[in-house]
Amino acid sequence: MGDLVTTFLNIDVLSQVWPLLLQGFWMTLGLAAVAVPLSVLTGIAIAMAQDVPSKLLRFFLIAYVDVMRAIPPLVLLIFIFFGLPFLGLKLNEFTAAVLALTLNGSSYFAEIFRAGIESVPKGQREAARSTGLSWYKSMIYVVVPQGTRNVLPDLISNTVELVKQTSIASAVALQELLRSAQLAQGLLYNPTPLIAAAIVYFLMFWPFVRLVSRLQNRTAMSAA
Amino acid sequence: MDQIVRYFFDFSLMSSFWPDILRGFLITVEMSTLTILIGIPLGLLLAILRLYRLRPLNWLIIFYIDFFRSIPQLVLIVLAYFALPYFGLVLEPITATVLALAIVLSAFAEEIFWAGMNAVPKGQWEAGRSTGLSFTKTLAYIILPQVVRMSIPPLTNRAIGISKGTTLGSVVAVPELLNVTSSIQSNVANPTALTVGALLFLLLFLPFVRFTRWLEHAYAHPRS
Repeated sequence: MGDLVTTFLNIDVLSQVWPLLLQGFWMTLGLAAVAVPLSVLTGIAIAMAQDVPSKLLRFFLIAYVDVMRAIPPLVLLIFIFFGLPFLGLKLNEFTAAVLALTLNGSSYFAEIFRAGIESVPKGQREAARSTGLSWYKSMIYVVVPQGTRNVLPDLISNTVELVKQTSIASAVALQELLRSAQLAQGLLYNPTPLIAAAIVYFLMFWPFVRLVSRLQNRTAMSAA
Repeated sequence: MDQIVRYFFDFSLMSSFWPDILRGFLITVEMSTLTILIGIPLGLLLAILRLYRLRPLNWLIIFYIDFFRSIPQLVLIVLAYFALPYFGLVLEPITATVLALAIVLSAFAEEIFWAGMNAVPKGQWEAGRSTGLSFTKTLAYIILPQVVRMSIPPLTNRAIGISKGTTLGSVVAVPELLNVTSSIQSNVANPTALTVGALLFLLLFLPFVRFTRWLEHAYAHPRS
């Protein structure tokens, strides 16, 4: 048992690498703070635009959403980071990661918001339009807020997935939490930093995972 | 335009690499299949165990599903590959990846099956038992078929999402499609290989993404 602790949760090691891990943690939060709002806003825009009666526009939006849902985010990231420089477009690690996460995340958010918008009874929209609100205003003030409430559990769990996905940025050497932990593990030949990083991720997401389970159970109960 | 063709669509450069690419593609397919074949039955098993409502066991199951839904897949793969050896457990990169992904999928699948079990009206249980069926038979013949039917759309979505995670194996040097195509890219200094990789991922996953749209439609308008 003592051996296990010195190997897996070595306090000496932990105190040495803590500053590095903390730095990585802030980078993970920074990535999330940029990628989540961008993905949510793009997702809402795509979902709203699918309401426009243009077959061509809908075709392109659905193609975008489906292609982005079919391509693994790490493939996007590698393509953006290693492929685009051949066209003279050299993005730094952070920007490339934000772009890959947003392309992927926005497609999922678009599907969730679309389901939310479709769940709002048509009468709401007609009522809003009949009071003289424009299409845009009736969407923003009447339809989207109600739709958002209907799909809240999905929105939270997708946000969790997106923030979890920031860990792929370690593949292009962006020093976020996972990358910091790997560096520390390599320096000290001890897995404690990896374990510590896993615990940090767990503590960061657990409350939200619990919350989503509770929200979903509540919907299931009220539906029964 | 010329540049785009020269750098991203110069398929003549790929001529000697097709066998490697094909092998990578097959490894991706194999890993995805294994992940699904292990993850989903394991999730179902956990959900069934949870039905017996043995308190300590249920706490364990809930902790298991929360834990593995809260930790990024890549972190688990890195842990399985780099931390378990300190435990004396050395896994092949491909085993570490499939194991990590299958466990994550089982956690999500358990949650989906469990939600389905709660959504089956109590009367179904009572009716089954009152005809003289045992608990197990009621579960197998009455409840599970309904649960499985309800679970198909969310499970398909989740299975696609996690199968895309097989690309994360490239980080621990599994020679799957992303790994193969990105090393070709750096060997020939031309990102066409990445285009090929992306197209093959589309070929693999896009039909399933389209299938989820069809499912959504089919489930929204059931044939009566």
